[in-house]
Order: sequence, then C-alpha cells, then structure tokens
Amino acid sequence: MSKGNSLMNRFYKSDFFYDFRKSPVTIVSFVVVLALILLAVFADLIAPTDPFDAKSLNLFNGFTPPMEPNAFTGETFTLGTDDQGRDLLSAIIFGLRVSLFVGLTAVILAMVLGVSLGLLAGYRGGWVDSVIMRAADIQVTFPSILIAMLIFGIARGLLPPDLRDELAITVLIIAIGLSEWVPFARTVRGTTMVEKEKEYVKAARLIGLSGRQIMLRHILPNVLSPVLVIATITLALAIIAEATLSFLGVGAPPTEPSLGTLIRIGQDFLFSGEWWILLFPAATLLALALSVNLLGDWLRDTLNPRLK
Amino acid sequence: MTDILLSVRNLRVVFPHRHGDLVPIDDISFNVKKGEIIGFVGESGAGKSMTGAAIMGLIDDPGIIESGEIWLGDVRIDQLDAKRLIKIRGKRIGMIFQDPLTSLNPLKTIGDQLVETILAHLPVNADQAKRRALIGLEEVGIDSGRFNAFPHEFSGGMRQRVVIALALAAEPELIIADEPTTALDVSVQAQVLELLKKLCRERNASVMLITHDMGVIAETTDRVAVLYAGRLAEIGNTASLLSSPRHPYTRGLIASTPSVEHGDISTHLYQIEGSMPRLDALPTGCSFHPRCQDALPRCRLRQPEVINESVACFLYE
Amino acid sequence: MLLIILRRLGQSFFVLFLVALISFMMFRYVGNPVDNLLGQEATVEQREALIEALGLNDPLFIQYFDFVTRVLQFDFGNSYRGALPVADMILERLPATLELALVSAFFAMFFGVVMGVFTAINRRGITGNFILSSSLIGVSLPTFLIGVLLIWVFSVELKWLPSFGRGEVVELGGWTTGFLTVSGLKSLILPGITLGLYQMTLIMRLTRAEMLEVLRQDYIKFARARGLSERAVYFGHALRNTLIPVITVAGLQLGSIVAFAIITETVFQWPGVGLMFINAVFFVDIPVMSAYLLLVGTLFVMINLIVDLLYLAIDPRIRDGQLKRQER
Repeated sequence: MSKGNSLMNRFYKSDFFYDFRKSPVTIVSFVVVLALILLAVFADLIAPTDPFDAKSLNLFNGFTPPMEPNAFTGETFTLGTDDQGRDLLSAIIFGLRVSLFVGLTAVILAMVLGVSLGLLAGYRGGWVDSVIMRAADIQVTFPSILIAMLIFGIARGLLPPDLRDELAITVLIIAIGLSEWVPFARTVRGTTMVEKEKEYVKAARLIGLSGRQIMLRHILPNVLSPVLVIATITLALAIIAEATLSFLGVGAPPTEPSLGTLIRIGQDFLFSGEWWILLFPAATLLALALSVNLLGDWLRDTLNPRLK
Repeated sequence: MTDILLSVRNLRVVFPHRHGDLVPIDDISFNVKKGEIIGFVGESGAGKSMTGAAIMGLIDDPGIIESGEIWLGDVRIDQLDAKRLIKIRGKRIGMIFQDPLTSLNPLKTIGDQLVETILAHLPVNADQAKRRALIGLEEVGIDSGRFNAFPHEFSGGMRQRVVIALALAAEPELIIADEPTTALDVSVQAQVLELLKKLCRERNASVMLITHDMGVIAETTDRVAVLYAGRLAEIGNTASLLSSPRHPYTRGLIASTPSVEHGDISTHLYQIEGSMPRLDALPTGCSFHPRCQDALPRCRLRQPEVINESVACFLYE
Repeated sequence: MLLIILRRLGQSFFVLFLVALISFMMFRYVGNPVDNLLGQEATVEQREALIEALGLNDPLFIQYFDFVTRVLQFDFGNSYRGALPVADMILERLPATLELALVSAFFAMFFGVVMGVFTAINRRGITGNFILSSSLIGVSLPTFLIGVLLIWVFSVELKWLPSFGRGEVVELGGWTTGFLTVSGLKSLILPGITLGLYQMTLIMRLTRAEMLEVLRQDYIKFARARGLSERAVYFGHALRNTLIPVITVAGLQLGSIVAFAIITETVFQWPGVGLMFINAVFFVDIPVMSAYLLLVGTLFVMINLIVDLLYLAIDPRIRDGQLKRQER
C-alpha cells in the first residue's frame, strides 16, 4: 500500500473508517454479519450433512442431544438432531441461507421499487408525485407485516394448491419487498426535490439529457448515502419479517425451512426437554438480526450530517 | 472595594476536541460595579455570549471552565455544585436570551412561568406569588388580563418584555442580557432597551449587555468592553471610548458603524479588512494583527496584556 | 379549524373506501365461492344457478354496493371451513384479543415512558446505558421469539405461568373476560408482555429521543437560568413537551398491537381473532381473511383519525392555527 492520496489511503484516513475502528461493537457486528453471510453462501461446502436428503436420514438418530453420542447409532452431532434425525447444525446453516436469501432479495426489491418511485415522484412532481405519495401514506397507516401477510394470503389464494409450497419463497420475497418500499421512496423523493433545483441538473437539462438519464446518472449517486442506511435497517426488518411469517406457518415451507420454521419446530419440543432444537436456531436468528441492526444504527449515526 | 458586584479573573473556557481543543475564551478579566450597565461588544464568535454563559454555569457540553475565577460579591461561583448554583441563578443573577420565541415554553401560560419562578426563589405562597407576577407584568407594560395567555399569542416585542419580567421576577442583583434586541424589529428595540434600563436603575441592579450593535452600546451603557477572538481588546467608559477609541479594532468598529448625525448619510461605509479568525485558525501573537494597519513587528510574537485596566495593545505599552 | 377536521375526515373515508374495495376484490376474485360451496363435481347448470343467485353476474359496482351494505349489517358471509357465519366467529373471539391488547398497551406505555424519561435524564449513568443497550436487543428480537423464550423460562423451567390458552374465563353478557379469575389473569401475563415488549422498546426510545430534544431547547436553558430546580425543569417543563409527540406516535402504534396480536396469539394458542386470521391465511379461507382485513383496516383508520384529532386538541399552537402541521 503506497502512501499518498490513493483511494484506499483516503479511506483508511477518513472519518468514516475512524469511527468504525473506534467502535468495537460495530466491528464485532460487521464480522458476525460477514461470517453468517459466508456460512450461508458456502452452505453446501460447510454443512456436514444435507439435512433434506431423505435417504441419508436415520430416524434412530432423532432427539440426540448436542455433542453426545446417540444411544442407538453412536453418531455425534455438534448441535444435536431434531425429531427426524436431521443434523441441527446443517439444518441451521441451510436455514440461514434461506433467511438471508429472502431477506436480501426482499430488500433489493423494496429498494429498487422505492428508489424508482421516489425519483419519479421527486423529479416529475405534479400528479405523479401526489399519487405516489398518497399511496405511500395509505400503505404506511398499516404495519408492514400485516401488508406482507395480506399479499401472501392473496397470492396463495390465486395459486393452485400444488404450486403453493413450491412458489412459497418467491411469494414471500415479493410480499416482504412490497411492504417495505415506502421509506426508500420518501427519502429519495425528498433528496430528489432538493437536487432538482441545483445547477448541475439545470445544466444537464440544457445539454439535452432526458429525464431518465438525469435521474439515474446525476441525482441517484447523491442519494445513495441515506439509501444505504435505510437498506441496512430494512434488511433487519425483512429478516425478522421472514422469520415471523415462517414461524406462523405462512412463509418458508418445511421442505425448505428457514430459521423461523426451525424455531416453530423447536417450540413443539420444549416441554419434552429437547431444548437444543429451539435454542440454536433462535440464537442464530438473534445474532443475525442484532448485528444487522447494530450496523444499521452505527451507519445512521456516522452518515448523519447534522451530528458533525 | 465594596461597590464591585461581579469579578471575573483570568477566565479561560475550553472545548476539548479530537482534532485540537477550541478556546472560545482565552484570558478575560473585568469587574461589574453595582448598579452599572456595562456593554460587551464584538463580532459573532468573539466570546461575548460565552462569557455570559460561563458566569451562569450554562456552557454547552463539552465546554468547561479550564481556569480563572468568577466572584459574585464574596462568593466564588465558578466551581459551585449544581444545588448551590440553582440558588444563584435567577435569585442573584438573571439572564435574558436573544430569541424571545424560543425562550418561553410554548405549552405553558406566561402566568404559570412567572409564578413558578417566583415560587422557586421567594418565600411566598401561591396567592402572593400570583400577585407579584401580576405586578411584574404591569411593570413591563403588559396588561394583567393576559396572565393566562400563551407565548405565541404575543408579538416579538411583548414576548421579550415577558422574558424581562421573568428574569427580574426574583429580584436579582445582576442581569446578563445576551443580544436582547437582535431578534426584534428596529422600531421595538429602543422601547425594550428603555424598559430594561429603567427597571434595572429602579432596582439598582447591574446589567451586562451583550451585543454586536455599537448603536445599542452608545445609547444604553455606562461602560463597555470590546472583545476580539476570545480576549479583551479594550474596556472603559462608554463616552470616552466612543469619542477616543484606543485599540485599532475599536477604532475600526466605530468607524464602520453608520451614523446619521451631522447629515452624514452619504459617507461611504467603512469596513475593517478581513474577518475575525476562526477559533481553530488563530494567528500567532496578537489575534488582530493581520488586520491591523498599525501593527508593529512585536505584535506577531506575543499576545498583548490589558494594561491600566483599559486596553490590550502594544501601541500603548 | 373546521376545515382541517373536515379534510381529515374526508381522507379517512377515502382510505376506508379503499380498504373495503380491496376486501371486496379479494372476496370476489381470489376466493372461489362457487367451487367451495358446490364442490368440484357440480354440474354446469348448478353452477350457473348459484352464480345467478349469488349475484355474480351483476355489474361490478352493484356487487360492491351489495357487499358494503351487507358489511354494514355485519354480514361477512360464511367461512369456507365449517360454513359458520364469519361475523359470529369474530364476535366470539374478539374479547380475547381486546383484553390482550389492553394489557399489553398498558404495559408498554407505562414502562416505556418511565424508562424513557429515566434514560434521558441519566444519560451518562450505567443503568441508563444498560437499559438502552437492552432496548436495542428488544428491537432485534422478533415478537414470536420473545414469546417462545418466555414460555421456556416461565412455563417449562419455572412452571410459574401457563403456556397456552386463556385459562378460566367468565361470561358477562356477550363478553368473555379473563380478568375475574386467577387462572385468567395468570394466562394474560406472558402473552401481554410478549405483545407489549416491542411497543415498550419503541416508546422508550421515542420518549428518550423526544426528551433529549426538548432538553436542548432554549426555554429549558432559560428555565435553568431562572434558577428552577432540576425537578421543576424535568417534570414541570420537559415532560409535558415530551409527552405530546410521544402519545401521538404511541397512539399510532396501538394499531400495530392488533397486527402483532396475530403472532402472540399463535405462539400462545390464544383464541382471538388473530389466530383465526392466520389459520384462514393458511387454509385460504377467503371470507374470514377478507372480513378480518376489513375490520382491522377500519380500526387503523379510526385510530389514526382519533390521534390526529387529539393532537389538534392538545397543542394550543395548532388549535389557534399558529403552527403548520408537521409532516410525520
């Protein structure tokens, strides 16, 4: 790394990185999130077994406590097994993958939708703005999880019964994504309205750039900072929403369980003493949500111009 | 010297900061006599408001008084704990801020706010407090029928009168008025200043009048202190300072104040070249020397101290 | 002033209209009432007859009008599962949900405000920071997980409190209450805390933020400059100005309680309308879904309206038209 004004060097010396380094909590959160993402991405390679391969399951392995050899087969599982003999560690890793996949995709959907609508509303103004903002106001009157349930329910009603489980994940993503676009739209709209009046936009218009080009290439980059903060916070919300819906039985199906589904299974076995079936998926979910939330909080504090 | 009410000695206020401490008040010393009206004038950021805040113990976080002493009579007040400080505030020293709109709680009637102040300091019951409050309102020229009105129902000038009534409610010996008329219409400014002057003279209370307006200084004060970049430039009797200013900065200030006397309206407005340095970019030596036309070589090396309790400048040493 | 109220009412009606429209569309197009009532093997004639009888061939706005009329008479149709009138189902289960909501709202408001004020005043203290940190965990903990963990600790391990159901309930007229029996009260505790915890952390953080903002204001500085005691400053000035926006937002959150009741009721198998709804979603029982949506939608709109009007009444500045309404 050469000294001087290179991008890396500027980053290392920046206030942003300084604040990051100074806050041990944030560093830990970042590491945790990174670790969990890697686990999920490389699930196939890391997980010791494939928990969904029915042939590899041995019912006798069921209800094995963590780190203890099974009474019948003598096999040991790091985090124990569930009622079907599935290795919990593998189930959690794959469940993590589902949770993260749904969460991230839903946020991206919400972001694309929200930012586009926000740019449109802010740039065009007039009735386009009114309609979009009115829709936003109405949607925001209701909690997003309710809206997600509504969308999920309608989609389920529209699909024939045999496709319901198969498309559950897709429907889940759409439901959560559609319920979280408003904060993006509102923030982007506000910034767009401010940027619209600035010199460089007027100059671009004079050169003859189309509205779309102006919105995408000039205004959008200026809006990224708050969008990033909202995206992180929305990610935490999406992960929790997905877990909740899956827990309630109207999310990820048992054939492709997410952490929420696993927790539901775990609850059933609390009274019979197999506590690990609940604890480990719950702890993973908590770690994930907490780290993302902490990162989002820190991001918001750092990027807030008013606090400088 | 029993006619000195407030004595500030070598006050230094510091704001610790990661990139280097900021020093809004470097080394200020002055006395306030009983019953006098002393003005504090200077540009924004010179340290005038900060001085007032320091005396009251109301410096914003993370600022602190690093060194120096503040004496009220024979009581040292700069290191008092919170409980004792509350006894001083309002009771012995009152304070008025610039914006009357934000100084008053919008959700409480002015009557309420007056009564609570009186009850906090004087040994009276609720009825007596209310009576005193009504008298207080009359004294500042507000109809007692508006006792139960909310702040937003008053005009700016009347609100400032309410603020004055509140500050005087507990009969303090010293009033610190921080830019009391800056947020008001010009037509109303004179009235409010007159009122303040009259009420304080009646009670033989002293006034520290903080302002950036030389006109206000000329009209209202007995003595005046000129602040520059956190230090005292000149201090003295108002009349003599205005007629024969000694510090080059004071001269510049007075020259740049427009005056309609002698039909001088057509005169070109004088401006001191440059601007007051930022707290994190103070020049070496005398803070004013880069803008001073009479600067000596010495001015670049050391800060001048105040001599004869009047002026801080090497031209006079 | 009157104009503002009328405009606000107009907005509410518009949203109600939309909610009813969505509910109607669901009812009409997503569900398949004909199949559900007749089964798969019905003849074409039987279908036609039913379609005619149900008025499904009439122009859309007539159908919508019919729908609204029936709804206003509390006729929500019959459930696909069991053919019970939906209205009856709702009435039977509503007291359970409402009692739960009440308990959790009280819990959330009380502890939320108290802790919020405490952490605002004691910014630097250890207790304050601890409470604040745990509040962050509260926001990251999904409601269902809180419920499950509470069950684990208090029902499974400690065996102090029940883990499902309402316990013994007493019938009073059309209402069934759990407040009058010991088992009923015990059953309310865990679900009440679960439902209220999220709201409590929100209210706490909001109260703290508002109070800190208020404490920065000039009138607080002036109050201090007048020598008012710290107690008078905090409780005589800061608190009042803090509570107004807090109550407003908290009121809006009240609607969320109803939504999150779905989750809590599922965790604790609480026989309320929430559990009814989630089962309806799972089994695609359209009439129940549509009725619940209509009910909850109306509830939200009304809560919003009431809170807005309340705000208008409390803040004297707005009341006298002095201040522009702030964007929320």
